[in-house]
Amino acid sequence: MLYISRWKALAILLTAFVICALAVPNFLPDKMVQSWPKWAQRHVVLGLDLQGGSHILLEIDQGAVRKEKLEQLRDDVRRVLREARVGLSSPPVVRGTSVEVGVRESDLQTALTKLRELSQPLGGVLGATGQRSLEITHLGGGRIQLTVTEPAIVERVRQAVDQSVQIIERRINELGLVEPLIQREGTGRILVQVPGLDDPQRLIELIGKTAKLDFRMVDQSMTPEQALATRPPPESEILYGTRGEGRIPYLIEKRVLVSGADLTDAQPGFDPRTREPIVNFRFNTSGARKFAQATSENVGKPFAIVLDNEVISAPVIREPILQGQGQISGQFTVESANDLAILLRAGALPAPLTIIEQRVVGAGLGQDSIKKGKDASYFGATLVVVFMIITYGLFGVFASIAVAINVAMIFGVLSLLNATLTLPGIIGIVLTIGIAVDSNVLIYERIREEVRSGRTPISAIDHGFTRALATILDSNITTFIAAAVLFFIGTGPVRGFAVTLGIGIITTVFTAFTLTRLMVAWWIRWLRPQRLAIS
Amino acid sequence: MRLHPSIPLLRIVPDDTKFDFMRFRRISFPASAVLSIVAICLYFFVGLNFGIDFVGGTLLEVKTKTGAPVDLAKLRTTLGGLGLGDIQLQQFGTPDTVLIRIAQQPGGEAAQGAAKDKVKAALGDDMLVQREEVVGPRVSTEMLAKSTVGLMAAILAILVYLWFRFEWQFALGAMIANVHDLVLTVGYMSLMQIDFDLSSIAALLTILGYSLNDTVVIYDRIREMLRRYKRMSMADLLNISVNSTLSRSIITHLTVTLSLLALLFFGGHAIHSFVSTMIFGVVLVGTYTSVFIAAPILIYLGVGTTRTAADEAPERPERSERPQRQERPQRTQRP
Repeated sequence: MLYISRWKALAILLTAFVICALAVPNFLPDKMVQSWPKWAQRHVVLGLDLQGGSHILLEIDQGAVRKEKLEQLRDDVRRVLREARVGLSSPPVVRGTSVEVGVRESDLQTALTKLRELSQPLGGVLGATGQRSLEITHLGGGRIQLTVTEPAIVERVRQAVDQSVQIIERRINELGLVEPLIQREGTGRILVQVPGLDDPQRLIELIGKTAKLDFRMVDQSMTPEQALATRPPPESEILYGTRGEGRIPYLIEKRVLVSGADLTDAQPGFDPRTREPIVNFRFNTSGARKFAQATSENVGKPFAIVLDNEVISAPVIREPILQGQGQISGQFTVESANDLAILLRAGALPAPLTIIEQRVVGAGLGQDSIKKGKDASYFGATLVVVFMIITYGLFGVFASIAVAINVAMIFGVLSLLNATLTLPGIIGIVLTIGIAVDSNVLIYERIREEVRSGRTPISAIDHGFTRALATILDSNITTFIAAAVLFFIGTGPVRGFAVTLGIGIITTVFTAFTLTRLMVAWWIRWLRPQRLAIS
Repeated sequence: MRLHPSIPLLRIVPDDTKFDFMRFRRISFPASAVLSIVAICLYFFVGLNFGIDFVGGTLLEVKTKTGAPVDLAKLRTTLGGLGLGDIQLQQFGTPDTVLIRIAQQPGGEAAQGAAKDKVKAALGDDMLVQREEVVGPRVSTEMLAKSTVGLMAAILAILVYLWFRFEWQFALGAMIANVHDLVLTVGYMSLMQIDFDLSSIAALLTILGYSLNDTVVIYDRIREMLRRYKRMSMADLLNISVNSTLSRSIITHLTVTLSLLALLFFGGHAIHSFVSTMIFGVVLVGTYTSVFIAAPILIYLGVGTTRTAADEAPERPERSERPQRQERPQRTQRP
């Protein structure tokens, strides 16, 4: 046990040295590190609780996704049956999680054939799941039911989330923030982490807005007040807009002339006459054509610019707009005009997102936590070192060196993994300092026992190591299991604790098996002690 | 091992300690049973002080910009007038800092954010929001479920591991002992009304890990002794095992305590409850359990029942099974 070949010793020292060296970039100024090759730049990332920042978890409105999917299906059914010249006994309607349509009995087979073409095979990369996007059943009497299958909905939600991630990325990039993290969580969630932002309010407004922009006509067949008192015509709905302090109703047609998807650009600007902030926009070719046609047909009538079901403005069309350019004015501030332009450029979210969790830490608090964490680490380490030296003398010094290398290696591994260091993570490291000496204590106590039972120093040390190492492995694995479980259930800071605790256990076992042994083996070889001053 | 011959090394436990731990099982088992029942009663009748991680709601850490102490009474009146239901205020560390906890609002996820904005507006300009956390009902329900499942999974995984490494009695004994630790810790958290959040789960899992660590060290020794002394009575064997690992147990717990004390005094208020829970669970309960519960429980679980009667004199380890002296390792003998 005490004989360690030269090559083995070299390998041990080299491993320890390399792992410790990985921690170096953390302690050098950023400028210096940036000139290094990429692989050498890996470093510990400070968690949001230490550097300040926002953690926002959003969830997509699955109900909205489902509703949209069904409405699209209804329109498809109508189109397909019309194209196939199938006579309808009742028009397609959304009912629950399916679309129902009635066709003339004579056309039933044609209708079923055509509708089956709407159903597509589902499947990811492998493709052979056998699942299809629709289930089509004949309820009898010419009534056909088309149900969107659950996998098809899940697939659609997944797509919607992926689109949303891209859109949010575009929106956030416009704010010019450093290292934002935007990623999908599970099927229907998106995690946004932005470090070092003191006021998250604007960020939240930017990512939470659906930004669905529509250009629609104002329905002038009755006043909004009349519509409210009775009921609006079937093709129109009541939407509200803000004017001054109050909110006023508008009667707006449901039909969309041009949608925000047809925009190619949007920029904030000022109205040359009123000097009010506005947003200038430009349509793509098809959008420009649709807009030109709509405005030519409706000169003198008001139309509405609707953003997320809120009427921003309802100007009267003075002349046809043929170039596909326009402007939106509507009580903007410079900032809100800028934000709207960002939202329009980035595009609309496919479905509304709700913030289901939000954690924000100010940068000042983070700084404070770092300082306190450092103080506690230094103080804890000093106490442990002093205690170990008082108890074990020279072997205590060995233990302290091993623990110091241990901590350096924790930082090295954290850097290698680009792991996040959080405040609980620092607790994990301080705890490791306390625990890492345990492996040494186990070894030394065992040596003391072996000496008492009459062994020679070298034999005692040899046996002490052999016996203690098995115990060290056993006892650390239980804690490692706990850390692993914590890693999987924890989020954010708590996960940081699991990470440092887990890494600390691995480095502890490594140092106990290698470095401590090496130090003791060398010490014995150099000094050849005849007795250990133990009892 | 001395640095200098004149400096005596600290001996915390005398070498030939032969404390009869097993006799104490007649006290420690009833005592633990009573304490566990008290802890369970505390849990059911006082209850854990669930934080927003598990019940949802909003938490704000607010500091006065001037550093003047917060006028809690005035703040309470201001915020109470907002009609947001239960709002708790709690001084946090220094007198200029206060934690504001707003209960879960009816009306789903969006309502939580709205309530937070209302409170922030009411705080006015001379207060600085240092930290804000909003947890919606869905996330909190999930976290509670995930944590419960995680805790169970950890217990199960460790049980399976111990079962592989030891006999089943050891695995079961360790589990009973350490679930007992968790029960007592939860009782303590109920009693002290410590904020029970995700970091408390971290504390519980760590306590579980380290208590087991301790138990495993003793069990390892018991297993070794079982192999070495085939005819010693179980009680004596357990006593020898516990006594021979006692020094290690105490020294290790001292170093962990030193680390935890450093965290308690220098780590700031944010980790105060986490650390105090750990001190209770690892240092106080964990040590007691491994010595007074985990070891003696093996007798009740039937380890070593095939051994001869307990009144037979234990063999002296040195005489009967003195390990053979081994030669020095080859390397060191070379000139």
